[in-house]
Amino acid sequence: MSDSISALKARRAFLGKLGGAAACAGAVAGAGALGVMQEVDAKGAPAAGGGSFPTPDYDWTQHQWGYGIDATKCIGCLRCVEACKKENDVPGDAHHFRTWVERYVYLEGEDSPRIDSHHDPVNIAASGSEREYRFANRYKDAKVEKAFFVPKMCNQCTHPACVQCCPTGATYKTKDGVVLIDHEYCIGCAYCVQACPYGARFFNESKGVSDKCTWCYHRITKGLQPACVEVCPVGARVFGDLKDKQSPISQFIRNNRTRVLKPETGNAPNVYYVGLDKDVV
Amino acid sequence: MEPLFHAAPFIGYVYPNETIIPWTVLIVVYPYLTGLVAGAFTVSSLYHVFGIERFKPAARFALLTSLCFMIFVPLPLLLHLGRPERAFNSTITPHWTSAMAAFGYAASFYMGLLVLETWFAFRPHFVEQAQKGRGLLARLYGVLTLGSYDLSENAMSHDRKWIFALAAIGIPAAHGLHGYVGFIFGSLKSREWWSSDLMPVVFLFSAIISGVALLIVLFVASCKLRKIPVDLPCLKGMAYTLWGFAMLTIVLEGLEFANIVYKGREGIEMILEYVTGPLVIPFFVIQFGIGAVTPILILSYLIWRGTTGKTLITGVTISALLVLLSVFMMRWNVVIGGQEIAKTGKGLLSYHMLIFHREGLVVAAALMAAPLITLAVAVRLLPPWGENSAPSPSH
Repeated sequence: MSDSISALKARRAFLGKLGGAAACAGAVAGAGALGVMQEVDAKGAPAAGGGSFPTPDYDWTQHQWGYGIDATKCIGCLRCVEACKKENDVPGDAHHFRTWVERYVYLEGEDSPRIDSHHDPVNIAASGSEREYRFANRYKDAKVEKAFFVPKMCNQCTHPACVQCCPTGATYKTKDGVVLIDHEYCIGCAYCVQACPYGARFFNESKGVSDKCTWCYHRITKGLQPACVEVCPVGARVFGDLKDKQSPISQFIRNNRTRVLKPETGNAPNVYYVGLDKDVV
Repeated sequence: MEPLFHAAPFIGYVYPNETIIPWTVLIVVYPYLTGLVAGAFTVSSLYHVFGIERFKPAARFALLTSLCFMIFVPLPLLLHLGRPERAFNSTITPHWTSAMAAFGYAASFYMGLLVLETWFAFRPHFVEQAQKGRGLLARLYGVLTLGSYDLSENAMSHDRKWIFALAAIGIPAAHGLHGYVGFIFGSLKSREWWSSDLMPVVFLFSAIISGVALLIVLFVASCKLRKIPVDLPCLKGMAYTLWGFAMLTIVLEGLEFANIVYKGREGIEMILEYVTGPLVIPFFVIQFGIGAVTPILILSYLIWRGTTGKTLITGVTISALLVLLSVFMMRWNVVIGGQEIAKTGKGLLSYHMLIFHREGLVVAAALMAAPLITLAVAVRLLPPWGENSAPSPSH
């Protein structure tokens, strides 16, 4: 329950930030948003790399985190990618991602979709920089039959192949369901990068270690939302505690017919999708 | 300043993080070296354990070759690590579910075994040299004897027993070490090109042929350098070994490939596009055609015709060189090939080897040359030739 409240608070805080124009929402609501913002700011100030992590008093046996993605809602704005890169100090280029968004476009008369993501040279050329995250409007003159976006990230699998193959134990599964990497212990063999069937891991050359999404572990253990969830303007990304039956993720799973990516690998991923198509890789 | 990473060009759709190919030419060199170690050790054991007399002239040389190559096996791995200074983390706190965690132990065990067997095999030489000369070299030999100067028949028989035991344990150790390299690739379910139960076996058999081929080349070269005639029964014995194992290897590799194609699981279209496109030359032409079929045909002809003399030497040496090329290409096609086929099953990447880079061509070439240079020095300090070159097997 506490999680769903904090999720709500975070969302409100984000909306509050969007429109300091809360004035138009009425005096009472405005004051409420302000109150929440103060609280969240106090909690979230040292977000990444702050001295407050691991979070004191956080009990990882009391949570089981889960993540949902509604692909039918995603508009491919890539704010999530940008937020993630900033929040987690991910290299800004087009070859290192903790989260990315794939675009699937079915053109008239073609059997299979055209798939691209931010790293496609056409998209980089269109935005002019690898650090400008947007999709090129490359199909504007084509007849599109169907098109959708699929956000991707680490699936924090229940049986993670990356954890299995790590020779040092530098990458491990937390009690609350997240797969983390100890950057101080990883030897940088990249075996885990090879083992992940989802391409969710990358090698961080500047640190000499493997890297990947942690669902913003430094944030969620403080009661905040992952950065990507917080900035998603359409609510395509849902996060919460599976142990709390009223949490956004529990409701998402309960109210939708969900599926996961590549279940045949036996990794038992924990990112639940709605609105995938058979061609999603 | 050198860029931190090099992104690989791609076609189709590949996951964004895949555009940086994690395992480079050094990870090609690594299984190649371990394979040569295992193969050379096989020849040594054929004499020391199985008592096949014709291998006697090459037995100690094979052991020394194995040792010299083994010294450099960890180096490509070390150079590849993002944090090489933490390399021992996997040995201090091994995470046992990882296929990689045992490397430190397996490699150290085998290295210790090789050193010990080499010491027993060369102990008489150490003693002779330490007693014969004076000066620094004699003193060095004196140290190498470890104070054990007894060359009596009783002591020698004791040594032979040790050599037999070590060589016998060395067979599973050497082949285990290498089969396990195959397991590192074969056990990953993320890549269809690697994920095969046959992978460790294929690695093992190709290791044997590569090591035997290496020994053939080095043995012939050493005879030429020493201006002595090549011991033909020994050479022919190695040719037989190469011939037999090469036939098994090509069948196993063919079966593995057939399995991937016949099962035709998801992503097979991309694999077929890959093997019929960028892989035609390195896979079908070099690895199979030139490197596997040709030497088998040459060796079959030589053995069928009962060829001997110079023709035999030339034919066998050429076959061995081709096998060495084939096995290198096999390692390349597995390690690099697996990473060029995207995990999406919808795209292909292309790896471009860098020249002057920590993981580039120059370093890889140096790593391949280093064991040969070491061997050239080692045979001067520990001459493996001569009439009484190898103590007879203990049985």
